[in-house]
Amino acid sequence: MSLTTAHSVVAPSSNSKRIAGTIIVLYALISIVPLLWIFATSFKTPPDSIAYPPKILFQPSLEGYCNLFTTRTRQTPEYINSLGPATGFCDETTRKRNMVIAGPSNFLPRFVNSLIIAFGSTFCAVFLGTLSAYGFSRFKVPLADDLLFFILSTRFMPPIAVAIPIYLMYRELGLSDTALGMILLYTAVNVSLAVWLLKGFIDEIPREYEEAAMIDGYTRLQAFWRTVLPQATTGIAATAIFCLIFAWNEYAFAALLTSGTAQTAPPFIPTIIGEGGQDWPAVAAGTTIFLVPILVFTILLRKQLLRGITFGAVRK
Amino acid sequence: MLNRTAENVARATPEPLARKVRGISDKGLAWLFISPTILLLLAINIFPLFWAIYLSFTNYRANRPNEVVKNLGFANYQRILGDKDIWIAMQTTAHFVFWTILLQTLIGFTLAWLIDRKFRGHAFWTTLILVPMMLSPAVVGNFWRFLYEPQIGLFAYAISFVTRIPPTDIQMLSNVSLAPWSIIIVDTWMWTPYVMLICLAGLRSIPEYIYEAAEVDRASNWRQFWSITLPMALPFIMLAVLFRGIENFKMFDMVNLLTGGGPGSTTEVASITLKRQAFESWRTGYSSAFAIILFVAVFGLANIYVKALNKVKQR
Repeated sequence: MSLTTAHSVVAPSSNSKRIAGTIIVLYALISIVPLLWIFATSFKTPPDSIAYPPKILFQPSLEGYCNLFTTRTRQTPEYINSLGPATGFCDETTRKRNMVIAGPSNFLPRFVNSLIIAFGSTFCAVFLGTLSAYGFSRFKVPLADDLLFFILSTRFMPPIAVAIPIYLMYRELGLSDTALGMILLYTAVNVSLAVWLLKGFIDEIPREYEEAAMIDGYTRLQAFWRTVLPQATTGIAATAIFCLIFAWNEYAFAALLTSGTAQTAPPFIPTIIGEGGQDWPAVAAGTTIFLVPILVFTILLRKQLLRGITFGAVRK
Repeated sequence: MLNRTAENVARATPEPLARKVRGISDKGLAWLFISPTILLLLAINIFPLFWAIYLSFTNYRANRPNEVVKNLGFANYQRILGDKDIWIAMQTTAHFVFWTILLQTLIGFTLAWLIDRKFRGHAFWTTLILVPMMLSPAVVGNFWRFLYEPQIGLFAYAISFVTRIPPTDIQMLSNVSLAPWSIIIVDTWMWTPYVMLICLAGLRSIPEYIYEAAEVDRASNWRQFWSITLPMALPFIMLAVLFRGIENFKMFDMVNLLTGGGPGSTTEVASITLKRQAFESWRTGYSSAFAIILFVAVFGLANIYVKALNKVKQR
């Protein structure tokens, strides 16, 4: 048998490769257009954003970002002229539209809420998930399969169905519209993913490492801390990013259970309005800022993506 | 790393008593590790579920907490099963789930099959295709309202450019017959990569030697596809359909922001009805009963499906 496998009988011909490549590149480019449009719109002026036909080439402007971070009030030209010189780019652009900046908008606090709730719940979910996953992976837990299925089944519930009693429960406990309430809720949702993913990762670490450490006099807890955890770091990091993305993107619970102080960015961004309807450049600016971290994480995660989205059911 | 471990071992070995004093039995440790998760899920998922079951038998309204709560027995359930609007919402949901899954499976599998040709640069383009599914359905769905705007929206403009229909006539979100398709298009755009990724794993799991054997037997490409590729990738396709089916049955965020269930109730999927009943009409008892019915439906369907999936896997 020939050892050169370059011309294997089953390898796709170069022609079929070329056709496949063309179709995939076309699909990728078309599917990315809406995202490019969000990015482009965030640098348009409001009149440019609603021009017909839609403008592909335009003079870039930061007005959308100014409008995202400020609230503005309409004033008479006389009043605006009576003010001193403009104090910066945003001030100047706003005045050109016969408006003055009234104060900061709610975007920054909502964005900070998103950060606190996403990181807080991710930390809790990964912490609890790692412990449980180790427990399920290494010990004979009675009814382990049933418990694991129970943990997964909590994901089958429609979020709105869960939200009704949670709404009442949080009202009784004083947790409505608090970051703590949202962190608890997101932890509960994410912990099922964390347990399933991390169990897969820990299953892959040979037991011999711990056994060797325990023969050397380590307790089980020390062996877990010093041999299993360091080996599971990749898995833990990947799991954490998946939890983070879920909490960051979540909308249903946030929209129904928060309204003010603890509101996150997803329910806030659609409410950004300017004069005479939605301020699309500001919405696009908020969307862009909101999406960039996820883009970075997607690229970091690309090798673990399959595992994450199937709860560890499919590993490569 | 090795040195440090060796040091740690050295430090730990001289005191054999330590193990007895500080060590907890394996059984104790297992429960110590698992119970916090179980307790959290009991508090945040199971307790509310039982509360919802209790409420579903009452006429409780969350906006009137001081009113006397009456026990209605199964009246809420009977009313839901006889409610015409609920059945229309279930039909809308079924239409949405059917078409999104069909389109995503067809397109997703085709894309995976093409990527499996391993042309140059396929890894980069695959990553690019995967981006939409990682983004927030709410935030991106909200932006699609802009793309769908008649005239000024990019989508309407592109369609009118191709079809020569005047762009003011392409009312994706306010036309009764187009609105259901507008949500199907966005969902398919977002989630086709998901199906594609799982199908790709399925295709890559097929060992090369099976194709080589088929080649030796002079099986045509067509025959190879139907008797090797498709059957062997089937468990993966079914897994993708399962996950997408459950997710789309629960669909709320994207639809709520794109159409809010409108125009009228043409895109009112089950979750939107539930939200309207629970948080706008404040019929807490009634909507709890509907929530329980939905939960039982998802759970039951998923169970049947998983059994079928296991059968396919065993073949």
